[in-house]
Amino acid sequence: MNMSSEGDRVGLDTLAGARGSTDGRSAGRAAGAARRRRVETNTVVDELTLNAWCAEIETDPTRIRTRFPAAAREIGRTPGTSPEPGAERVEDDVRVSLLLALGRGLAGDPDTLSAEVHDLYRFGDADERRAVLLGLGRLADAIGDRAVDLLHDALRTNDPRLVAAAMGTYAARLDPAAWRQAVLKCLFVGVPLRLVAGVEDRADDELRRMVADYAAERRAAGREVPADALPFLPAPTQTTRES
Amino acid sequence: MRIFDPHIHMSSRTTDDYEAMYAAGVRALVEPAFWLGQPRTSVDSFVDYFDALVGWERFRASQFGIAHHCTIALNPKEANDPRCTPVLDLLPRYLAKDGVVAVGEVGFDSMTEDEEKAFSRQLELAREFALPAMVHTPHRDKLVGTRRTLDLVEAAGVEPGMVVVDHLNEVTVDVVDEAGAWMGFSIYPDTKMDPDRMVAILQRRGLDRVLVNSAADWGRSDPLRTRATGEAMLAAGFTEDDVDRVLWRNPVEFFGQSGRLLLDVPGADLGATYAGNSLLRGERG
Repeated sequence: MNMSSEGDRVGLDTLAGARGSTDGRSAGRAAGAARRRRVETNTVVDELTLNAWCAEIETDPTRIRTRFPAAAREIGRTPGTSPEPGAERVEDDVRVSLLLALGRGLAGDPDTLSAEVHDLYRFGDADERRAVLLGLGRLADAIGDRAVDLLHDALRTNDPRLVAAAMGTYAARLDPAAWRQAVLKCLFVGVPLRLVAGVEDRADDELRRMVADYAAERRAAGREVPADALPFLPAPTQTTRES
Repeated sequence: MRIFDPHIHMSSRTTDDYEAMYAAGVRALVEPAFWLGQPRTSVDSFVDYFDALVGWERFRASQFGIAHHCTIALNPKEANDPRCTPVLDLLPRYLAKDGVVAVGEVGFDSMTEDEEKAFSRQLELAREFALPAMVHTPHRDKLVGTRRTLDLVEAAGVEPGMVVVDHLNEVTVDVVDEAGAWMGFSIYPDTKMDPDRMVAILQRRGLDRVLVNSAADWGRSDPLRTRATGEAMLAAGFTEDDVDRVLWRNPVEFFGQSGRLLLDVPGADLGATYAGNSLLRGERG
């Protein structure tokens, strides 16, 4: 088996077989394979376990503290550690499902929900933090503005996967100055602006000015302006500076 | 030549090193938690360091096509500082994570009572989390420290096969070998161990349970010493397969015992890894 690159087809049989071959658990793995399904990224999700964990977390929300870190290895994970922002990863979907279960389990108790979410982020590795950020948009009704500080934390990093994850629908709750800085940071660190929720609707004159200044600085240095920046540049300015 | 460096402190290395390592064949590594050259003065410093090991550094390595894993522990030097020892209570949070493949570096620095206490406690944690342990051996009074290490491992009831005793040399290798533990060798430009001495040890006692690392950090060290050792092995008549065993399959076998390897990186050529100990395994069963 060769899984030499991200996105290579990792079939259900080969993945289950490779895992099973590690030790005496192969029989269990093979049985488990039958209830796994393929997902878009060509890896598999153990849905029975996922459903069981969601039910468990709804009943006892504190269980998420140990389930969330273990979710990738126990339920499903896209092979490899991709540095690409916005890459679809199975473990992200799995962890967001656990977060939604947490939201159901703590319905009507937004402060406790917020505390659990903050701890998952605080003690999470980069993958766990990314999943928390990706789930915030769908927890927004329950959690309100309580987790905006997590966006600020992620936006201070230079990990484009975290920056991208922070710019989903929950980023609507960033104040205008922070949101503009975040969009500009996306241009800087190479997060595609298609990953920024509602960027076209929210872009204002001040953002356009900032992007124009950024483009001018790039051109002055003889460097390319990212294609993502072009839609924000007024056409006349573009022509003038290029002539 | 594919290389898994089982002990290298990438936080103190540059991106040039990552590029040179990839070019030399390094596709995977383990970064053990250790001190920073400058002593820490609070538990919070450890938390930020551990977060970097499971966060930023893993991302940095992935940009260069290298699978980054780490080990987590209170190191022996700082086990002597009461401002640092409460970090022991936080370790379980990190020992549960993907990519955390051992408890380490634990062991002795100055052979104090505090060091022994922290060492024993962390051997218990290794058992509790079913993780291997990476044990640092002291620079001073090395043979006595190595013997004491093996006594503590036995007393803790940890399987010798779940332990690597590191920074060994000609004087300390045999006691570790006889105990059945894994033997780690740090190949340095001019101290600990060099490629030719390493080859001599391999010729004398064989390839099994041997891990060869660069242990490169912020001191005078070289992240390409693993490759140099592979080349010295070939020059001495070892086969490509022998080199692959020492530089790739052995570390995969040892750290594969954690069930937490993240080895499915581009170019890692999983098809040929040792005994299937290649993929992230679940902890069930």
